[in-house]
Amino acid sequence: MADTAIALRSVASPVTETRRVRATLITLTIVVMVLFLIAPLIAVFAQALNLGLEPALATFNDPDAIAAIKLTLLVAAIAVPCNLVFGIAAAWCIAKYRFPGRALLVSLIDLPFSVSPVVAGLVYVLLLGPFTPIGAWFLEDFGVRIIFAVPGIILATIFVTFPFIARELIPLMQDQGTGDEEAALSLGASGWQTFFYVTLPNVKWALLYGVLLCNARAMGEFGAVAVISGKLRGETVTMPLQIEIYYQEFRALAQVSAFTLAAVLACLALVTLMIKTWLEWRYADQLAATRSGH
Amino acid sequence: MRLRFRETSIIPGFRLTFGFTIFYLSLIVLIPIIGLYIKTFELEWQRFVAIITGPRFLAALQLSFGASLVAAMFNVVIGVMIAWVLVRYRFFARRLLDAIVDLPFALPTAVAGIALTALYVPEGWFGRLFSPFGITIAYTPVGIWIALVFIGLPFVVRTVQPVLEEFNREVEEAAATLGASRRTTIVRVILPPLIPAILTGFALAFARAVGEYGSVIFIAGNIPRQTEILPLLIVFRLEERDYAAAAAIAAVMLTIAFVILLLINLLQVWSYRRFGNG
Repeated sequence: MADTAIALRSVASPVTETRRVRATLITLTIVVMVLFLIAPLIAVFAQALNLGLEPALATFNDPDAIAAIKLTLLVAAIAVPCNLVFGIAAAWCIAKYRFPGRALLVSLIDLPFSVSPVVAGLVYVLLLGPFTPIGAWFLEDFGVRIIFAVPGIILATIFVTFPFIARELIPLMQDQGTGDEEAALSLGASGWQTFFYVTLPNVKWALLYGVLLCNARAMGEFGAVAVISGKLRGETVTMPLQIEIYYQEFRALAQVSAFTLAAVLACLALVTLMIKTWLEWRYADQLAATRSGH
Repeated sequence: MRLRFRETSIIPGFRLTFGFTIFYLSLIVLIPIIGLYIKTFELEWQRFVAIITGPRFLAALQLSFGASLVAAMFNVVIGVMIAWVLVRYRFFARRLLDAIVDLPFALPTAVAGIALTALYVPEGWFGRLFSPFGITIAYTPVGIWIALVFIGLPFVVRTVQPVLEEFNREVEEAAATLGASRRTTIVRVILPPLIPAILTGFALAFARAVGEYGSVIFIAGNIPRQTEILPLLIVFRLEERDYAAAAAIAAVMLTIAFVILLLINLLQVWSYRRFGNG
């Protein structure tokens, strides 16, 4: 209140900018965000409905599109729980104990963020491809193809979404310390009871937050999966790859299909953002105290 | 007294969680990355030199790092502005804009790629505005730059925003009472504590841009030696089944990225000491 009163009386308040500067900055921000963020989002939906609603909906009758949606769901359903278990284990051991090398361990967990998705796919091709000893062993003794098949896609997705859950939990659990757990244990709770009844409720919103981001990335990953998939239609093609396949057929209908699948993923992104915003607004105190981009 | 690896604690599960963390980290991340370097070392020295001095590789290297640098610097400018406006001013749709900042994190890169291409091709909504002047954006380095600005946009905003939110307004008032102009206050009082956060945001945006693939390849046009980025060159080598060359390019890229991140980390440590207040 005091601020506004001062601003009303004097032309140039010493602790804020002039009205003209403020208006310019707000306008510039809106323009930049509309140009760079909102316009591409609208373009996806506009292109999908370019020829009307029916051709767009016809996409969901294409067996290739259905197979791609199913595969994407399968990959996320495996990759996210794997990283969930890892995230909890890593956060527990880093936040609840003191041992040398903790900072190094945190840096190593963040490592996949600085690796190009294409390189993430490549490292598995080099390690497990059919021409490598391990790849050949799996193929001959078990009849399992890893690379250019579904297991490779899952591995690559796990790699690129590796840090998401761990890095939401680590700072929060470090902040919370070990007092609650020690109290539970001294009252006779077992280790698992302590985890399920004390630790987990303390971090549940941060956990949900991490799962949300991890899932969005898992379903949308393109580069790493493109390198490793081999792109067998209907078999090893995820939604983002199917978008590329449609997009490269220069028929108008295929273009519509490309943007329709893109619109589905864009909706997923919007839902993710909405839940994320709601979590930040409602449970800000129960998410990590300091948050930085990734 | 027996020396212990970790400090004593009554909390159980250290062996289980530590063991699993190391096992999973090694299996998924460390062993595959070490494998990449081993594969690169299998190359004969001359072959390796031939790969990393080839004109196509050098052009892609220059484009990838150059475009990423320019995009990350632009992200610093608009990122600080967006963070400032979102924290300091109250206006219509502020909350909506605040939420939308994270869109590039949530939107799959391939979706961003085809959407940006649709906008900037000569007949697209934005491309149409430029084509009368003979300017094309899609399929040129400018298009690549736009894609990289898009994917790097949230980093600087999200690192600077919390620091600005916690900034003590009384310090500004003190500066003003001591006779500093608003400009002096911003440059000498508000900006210095933001520098570590700005550097972090810059590093994250830059690292992401160098490795970016999905959002770039659709808008890039992918003309060898002109609009071909490094990750795409890796994909081409893979498709030719030239695994050693792909590994060599990837190893060079990864090493440069690690060195840059290390340098920026050191710079950050220095800037915390120089400008930081906690």
